[in-house]
Amino acid sequence: MNQQAPNSLRNGPDERGRFGLFGGRFVAETLMPLILDLERAYAQARTDPAFRAELDGLLKHYVGRPSPLYFAERMTEHLGGAKIYFKRDELNHTGAHKINNVLGQILLARRMGKKRIIAETGAGQHGVATATACARFGLECVVYMGAVDVERQKPNVFRMNMLGAKVVPVRSGARTLKDAMNEALRDWVTNVADTFYCIGTAAGPHPYPAMVRDFQCVIGEEARAQMLQAEGRLPDSLVAAIGGGSNAIGLFHPFLDDKDVAIYGVEAAGYGLEVENGHAASLAGGRPGVLHGNRTYLLMDDDGQILEGHSISAGLDYPGIGPEHAWLRDIGRVTYLSATDREALDAFQLCSKLEGIIPALEPAHALAKVIELAPRLPRDHLMVMNLCGRGDKDIFAVADHLGVKI
Amino acid sequence: MTTRIDRRFATLSRENRAALVTFLMAGDPDPATSLDILRALPKAGADVIEVGMPFTDPMADGPSIQAAGLRALKAGMTLQKTLGLVADFRKHDHDTPIVLMGYYNPIYVFGVDRFLATAKAAGVDGLIVVDLPPEEDDELCKPALAAGLNFIRLATPTTDDRRLPRVLENTSGFVYYVSLTGVTGAAIADYSRVSDAVARIKGHTQLPVAVGFGVKTADNARAIGGQADGVVVGTALVDALKSTLDAQDRAGADTVTKVAALVGELAAGARAARN
Repeated sequence: MNQQAPNSLRNGPDERGRFGLFGGRFVAETLMPLILDLERAYAQARTDPAFRAELDGLLKHYVGRPSPLYFAERMTEHLGGAKIYFKRDELNHTGAHKINNVLGQILLARRMGKKRIIAETGAGQHGVATATACARFGLECVVYMGAVDVERQKPNVFRMNMLGAKVVPVRSGARTLKDAMNEALRDWVTNVADTFYCIGTAAGPHPYPAMVRDFQCVIGEEARAQMLQAEGRLPDSLVAAIGGGSNAIGLFHPFLDDKDVAIYGVEAAGYGLEVENGHAASLAGGRPGVLHGNRTYLLMDDDGQILEGHSISAGLDYPGIGPEHAWLRDIGRVTYLSATDREALDAFQLCSKLEGIIPALEPAHALAKVIELAPRLPRDHLMVMNLCGRGDKDIFAVADHLGVKI
Repeated sequence: MTTRIDRRFATLSRENRAALVTFLMAGDPDPATSLDILRALPKAGADVIEVGMPFTDPMADGPSIQAAGLRALKAGMTLQKTLGLVADFRKHDHDTPIVLMGYYNPIYVFGVDRFLATAKAAGVDGLIVVDLPPEEDDELCKPALAAGLNFIRLATPTTDDRRLPRVLENTSGFVYYVSLTGVTGAAIADYSRVSDAVARIKGHTQLPVAVGFGVKTADNARAIGGQADGVVVGTALVDALKSTLDAQDRAGADTVTKVAALVGELAAGARAARN
């Protein structure tokens, strides 16, 4: 990375960790030396062929990469427009894209001699991925999870426990993902010597947004090569769901300089963008602010107090968004849309019935916009959607919404 | 430029005693009681007053101060009202330095220039903004210094000699040494290490050094006061305040007196340190 032309959109962030106005290092002094250490260690690792080789080996043999680029034939027929491909990151070990990033960070933690790993999780996918990698490498793992989410996502809590991780229910603040992140930061401030904070999305203080993006770029790099092989050309459009935005930036980034590739990010519109504090669309309904180490678009009130937001998808239910997305929106390179809970639920069911794939609620948001965009496009339009997670974890929530008891 | 903070530390240095620096959250448990407490502090023995700016996501604070911020927000506190609180305090007290402490987002949203102008006019003397390290000095630190406000920086056990000059470069008023790695209210400091750390910082700056995190009792204040120019107490005061509230977090008849009484004890401890 960063070997691009001077005018490339892939050169960010700058040396201060900024993507335009966004990003930065807004952390307590206690953490600043740790973040500078991390930045140095990562800069060294990324150019070390041995590091890359070890990560590639794990991605292939442990995760099961490359994930297929699958032509969704019946979805395409049903919508009657663009030719739709799914990038099937739901087939990864642990069932989502999260593991791509976690393995990179865990290998880095090992290089840095850190023995204790902490992570935050909302729905539990990043927590499960981190617990998995820690089990694989014999590292202590502590996962912070909002007490509300611990209740909502019991199967994932059990999984993490099986994998040997300690799950700490966070009872401060609103008891959801943002509070889990606060608590992980408090742990890190306290345990500075031996602890590595494995952040789950492309947000947080520099270098996390760039580092997580780099580890997730395997999605877009594979998709690019696979599409060239399948169709002999690049796709015309990309679609991905956005909470913090790591799966999306992983797909988008390798295509940012391909001006003819249209790129769509899909935020969670919850009950609807018009419902106050009823959605999790930071770009559509937020303003620039500073939280969790970076400046980005945030959901907040007039006094700068952070709002909770709402989405049916616990993975999208976060009041911020990665800083690179904030920048890509402001420069107009990526178009950000939003899908409601209702639209995501409909897409979830349609995908299950037409393709025999039960998607996670997060990519169901992306699919909801594919359903909207594809019929208006010609049949030779190639559209790639990131199917970034599978829906096993969501069956209880969906059943509940459909009025089914399981 | 000499500020109220500079003058106060100079006076205390002549009196050969450490400053007692108190922290309480603005608007906790409600704006009116908060003002009463603020007004009672100087007489009780507070030499410098830190006023917390409530924020929903205080990532460097422990449970007590987190809860204090949420109580204040629930009682309708805003940054505008916090500045108003200081202005009200200033009507009757022209000497006690006031330092606002908190997180950047509410200030950023308020608007940096507007915030600095309002704070200055309200009689604020300094700022401590936890999530603005020297790497982000262009955001608020430099404009604050230009506006005539002190910008007080935290130095921590992880701030090594290589980094200290950078941390101290744009610091003014005093240096706040955080005696442990952790959140506010975490644990009692290791006193032997504190004096080494203070000496290390003083090797790099002429500014007074105040020490906080883990100071809860008059004995703690005495121990720190012998080694540093100031003793910062926050969580213990917030806990004393909380102990007077009813189940709905409403102030009791003894809320002000109880906080003031603890400040009195801590002040006595700090004053006894060098006798």
